[in-house]
Amino acid sequence: MYWQKDLETMSREELEGFQLERLKKSIEQASHSPFYKKLFKEHGISADSIHSLKDLQRLPFTTKNDLRNNYPYGMSAVPLSKVVRIHSSSGTTGNPTVVLHTQKDLDEWANQVARCLTMVGLTSEDVFQNTSGYGMFTGGLGFQYGAEKLGALTVPAASGNTKRQIKFITDFGTTAIHAIPSYAVRLAEVMLEMGIDPKTDTRLKVLAIGAEPHSEEQRKRIENLLGVKAYNCFGMSEMNGPGVAFECPEQNGLHIWEDYVIPEIINPETLQPVAEGEVGELVLTTINREAMPLIRYRTRDLTRFLPGNCPCGRTHRRIDRMKGRSDDMIILKGVNIFPIQIEKILMQFKELGSNYFITLDTVGNSDVMFIEVELASLPTDNYRDLQALNAEITRQLKDELLLTPKVKLVEKGSLPQSEGKAVRVKDLRKFQ
Amino acid sequence: MTILQLSIFLENKFGRLNEILRIIAKENVRIIASTVSDTVEYGILRLVVSEPERIAKVLRENNISVKTSEVFAVQTDCKAGAIAAVIEPFTAAGVNIEYMYSFCSSEHSIIVLRVHTMDAAREVIRHHNMNYLSNAELLNF
Repeated sequence: MYWQKDLETMSREELEGFQLERLKKSIEQASHSPFYKKLFKEHGISADSIHSLKDLQRLPFTTKNDLRNNYPYGMSAVPLSKVVRIHSSSGTTGNPTVVLHTQKDLDEWANQVARCLTMVGLTSEDVFQNTSGYGMFTGGLGFQYGAEKLGALTVPAASGNTKRQIKFITDFGTTAIHAIPSYAVRLAEVMLEMGIDPKTDTRLKVLAIGAEPHSEEQRKRIENLLGVKAYNCFGMSEMNGPGVAFECPEQNGLHIWEDYVIPEIINPETLQPVAEGEVGELVLTTINREAMPLIRYRTRDLTRFLPGNCPCGRTHRRIDRMKGRSDDMIILKGVNIFPIQIEKILMQFKELGSNYFITLDTVGNSDVMFIEVELASLPTDNYRDLQALNAEITRQLKDELLLTPKVKLVEKGSLPQSEGKAVRVKDLRKFQ
Repeated sequence: MTILQLSIFLENKFGRLNEILRIIAKENVRIIASTVSDTVEYGILRLVVSEPERIAKVLRENNISVKTSEVFAVQTDCKAGAIAAVIEPFTAAGVNIEYMYSFCSSEHSIIVLRVHTMDAAREVIRHHNMNYLSNAELLNF
């Protein structure tokens, strides 16, 4: 099912022509903001200096720090009288970052989300329940307006209060949910505890999962627990929020809407484009935004372009599920590790639950990775078998990570259970 | 011929054993035998209780991982050599004992045995006419 078949399936040639035209407009629009006015002047950039999409690579990057330093209105390319909404990131360090929207920006954003939801089969017949926090966080209102635009009955349940969420699911006949992966697991677990079988006692069929990197194994587990198809979604507040990229029914990579953004993938060290298909940092340029155009924004998210055409018929390129953020990468004894690699291994053990926690610490003169993982059920009545399980988990992790972590099995429910984004890594190392 | 034993995954955390026993205490059942060993990070608490199925359910509702397994509970007299007399025939029959625990009250000893070769163990018990406990008898034990 397509929301805008002509735009979603146009030939690459057409799409790239369209992008070039919009890119020029976007640079023109950006030059109205105090930040870009100065930046473009310094680098001698104007819309006229762009002749092909390749010229984009000559432009300087924009970073999260630029957004922080220009808080709150320094990035605005329109008079404030045209701005109708402001969203903000959590801003745990220093100034938060804000994103400004005109009415047209909001309409376009809702259109992107409606396109994503249509792609995974939702229609005006559906009941869509959104478990994102509402307010400044974009996952709430972003999905709300998109699902409403589609015509779905939209339940702004917001985050937390799991029993109430489940009451809504059963009472309202919810067919689709948006949740972060760890919360989707929590919903399923609480339903089962309450004696509700998500497969037979609810109408659930689609789950949109995002915001937290998660492995294919985690997705399968969620699908089996809830009896749904789970689709990966990608968004970030700097790029409006949800709706930047979304999986199609093929569940093989996320189509990134190239009529809204121009994606590039660069090596975060050299800042040069990576070879086709290689993993690197996603860089996005908005080409359809009024209030706050962003040129070559460094997302810090790591992914790669998937090669080839998608059988679904859409021509917008696919990016791989996020491998984590360049800021999430753990470097231990010189080895680069992403938490998602650990999750992938843990989820293959049916004896283990979905909750785990990684602690990095210095023991003596050596750095050690401790992994605590919850046991889903006790598979044996003897200690020896538990030790054998522990050893097998350790062995498989060693094969994946190339170093030996210390694995500890813990009781179900003993690790911090968050209703927000799961925090899974703590670094206690003493750096000399 | 067997009874249901509960095995509970127990993290080596101060107060955890007490928490679990408190949950069971509220259910008004008796713990007939129990054992836990001094392993390092986690261990297994093994319990024989008067209503094993109900308690397993209660524990699971409290988010505690429980495994139920069949074990033999042989009763004998509480006197010198009684336990040796029970174990000896198993050894003679080549039945390997995985683990056991026992206690002795004023009159009786009870020996809880876990083996791999269940049928061979049944045969030993039958052949030697040993006095064993069944699930139904746990209620009145």
